[in-house]
Amino acid sequence: MRILVVEDDLEAQRYLVNGLREAGHVVDDAGDGDIGLTLALSRPYDSMIIDRMLPKLDGLKLVEEIREHGNTTPVLFLSALSEVDDRVKGLKAGGDDYLTKPYAFVELLARLDALMRRRHPAAVKTRLQVGDLELDLLTRTAKRGVTDIDLQPREFRLLEYLMRHASQVVTRTMLLESVWEYHFDPQTNVIDVHISRLRAKIDKGFEAPLLHTVRGAGYMIRARA
Amino acid sequence: MRAPSVLRTLAFRIVLVYVTIFAASAVALVAFTYWNTERALDAETDQTIDAEIAGLSEQYQRLGIAGLTDVIIGRSIRGGLGLYLLTDSLKRPLAGNLDSWPDAKARADNFIAFDYERHAGAGFERHRARGRTFALTGGFQLLVARDVDERYKTQRLFTTTLPWTVTLMLVLGLAGGALLSRNLLTRLDSINRTSREIMAGDLTRRLPLTRAGDEFDTLAGNLNRMLERTERLMKGMRTVTDSIAHDLRTPLNRLRNRLEGVLKHLDGDRPEAREVDAAVGETDTLIATFNALLLIAEAEAGVAREAMTPVDLPAVVEGISELYGPVAEEKGVSLELTPSGTARIEGNKSLISQALANLVDNAIKYTPAGGSVRVAVENTSGGIAVSVADNGPGIPPADRARVLERFVRLEASRNSPGTGLGLSLVAAVARLHDAKFELSDNAPGLKATLLFAGRTGRRLVPTG
Repeated sequence: MRILVVEDDLEAQRYLVNGLREAGHVVDDAGDGDIGLTLALSRPYDSMIIDRMLPKLDGLKLVEEIREHGNTTPVLFLSALSEVDDRVKGLKAGGDDYLTKPYAFVELLARLDALMRRRHPAAVKTRLQVGDLELDLLTRTAKRGVTDIDLQPREFRLLEYLMRHASQVVTRTMLLESVWEYHFDPQTNVIDVHISRLRAKIDKGFEAPLLHTVRGAGYMIRARA
Repeated sequence: MRAPSVLRTLAFRIVLVYVTIFAASAVALVAFTYWNTERALDAETDQTIDAEIAGLSEQYQRLGIAGLTDVIIGRSIRGGLGLYLLTDSLKRPLAGNLDSWPDAKARADNFIAFDYERHAGAGFERHRARGRTFALTGGFQLLVARDVDERYKTQRLFTTTLPWTVTLMLVLGLAGGALLSRNLLTRLDSINRTSREIMAGDLTRRLPLTRAGDEFDTLAGNLNRMLERTERLMKGMRTVTDSIAHDLRTPLNRLRNRLEGVLKHLDGDRPEAREVDAAVGETDTLIATFNALLLIAEAEAGVAREAMTPVDLPAVVEGISELYGPVAEEKGVSLELTPSGTARIEGNKSLISQALANLVDNAIKYTPAGGSVRVAVENTSGGIAVSVADNGPGIPPADRARVLERFVRLEASRNSPGTGLGLSLVAAVARLHDAKFELSDNAPGLKATLLFAGRTGRRLVPTG
């Protein structure tokens, strides 16, 4: 994938660019808003990572400008600003996701992955399937093999989100934001408890586990390849 | 319902009092003048009558009854305002221009007021007269009077018009007062409306100025200058938090990046890898503490007031209870939610959720297995109370105020994880929402209550 990184902190930029390249992406970088804008408008990208505060042209303005030109490339904002309503401002300006510094690189990768996949949605599905686990979005029922699985509404949403991002790392923060719509960091690891309950329902008693813990990152649902 | 609010204004009440005093003093003044004039005119009439009687009685003494009769006949035919009647001792008329002795009773000083009929064109007209009777020697009775009908009519006119005049004065005064207070009310209304908007978080709003340059404009101008100062201070606060955030997060970001970079190139099973992993964990704790501090600072500065929206408290409580349900269950603590209807307030949903999460998290953390945590939203007389009650060890009364301070952790909890900022954040969120945060004894355990008072203009009353 082709990614544009606009970041004025050169060390952070180098780290970001190296990490993305290691993950197999093609990366262009820009150190200020003006160069960022020129690049964004002249080359096609699959996604852009833009710092909120940039010299010459502010990150928010940069995204607004890109959007005015009809460019819909997914944008992930990075911000070192305090967060209470900056997230809202970032999303209003046309950003697709918002990550506060300092962030874990796996978190950034997972979010970027989700953003780029959202850009090319498969045909509208009413049924999700991972291995022998099936989720019917119309009847709101789950089935593994021939066994019906009884899920609470929230568990259903959790499983739905995981299955929509099958074979992708999904971080705890992403789950908290998407499934529960909370943008804060709970002191206790609540998500882990919810996941372990879900795991008990979909994996317990079956031969091949589908819901995996990705160490230091989050979770992933995947059928054995 | 415009009129009642106009009637309740200070301006209208002032006008009302003023008009009443004015009307009373005007009536008093006019009445006094009238009474005085009346007295002076009466005295004048009486003097004339007295003089005439003196003259006539002199004539009588000089010329006898026949002479007096002549004089009276002479004066009677002159017409004019003088009225005369001379009778014998049985009040039979002898001379004069009245045909009979009036019925009216004389006062002690022999003055008499009576009505008589006078030729006027074809018919008669009733007139008022004032006169004096005088007994002459030989039993003759003399009545000398003057027609005071002109004055009587004026007096009548005066007494009938006076109430109307006063009424008109009051009506005009009150109408003027209402107009004046409506005018003032409109100005005050706009000031009040703007103040409420500003309190609701829109610090860029300014009070409207008119071209009049009056006292209200001076007041509005002063308030605007004050608002500008406040806005500048808030912006300054915001800039400071932003730059602290930026200047500390950037190096923290690099630190975490470097540690992650090192970790990536280390074999996960080596002891160094575990050390670096722990260092990443420490960085995350540092970041969490730092974020919590910033959030508290923001909540306290009221920065988050910009993001106030209607918040359905029972929904928030339900959401957090649902989020923590499995955590409680895992620990063997029962988490009970007292159901309630809707209770909306104007607030920052994210911050309220986080504050509530902190309370529930704490309650679960400090409640032993087998205990219970009760979460409730209640509409009380003091406002909407959101409470989290546990039956853990509780907090001694002496320490309850202290635990709300930043970084304060009681000895008993030193060893459990946490930043010591959880309750400080709850307190800051409470202040941001003008809510009362109270810790009380749940006997045994702790009951934390957030009382959203719902200040006027803040609280949304559900409609329909």
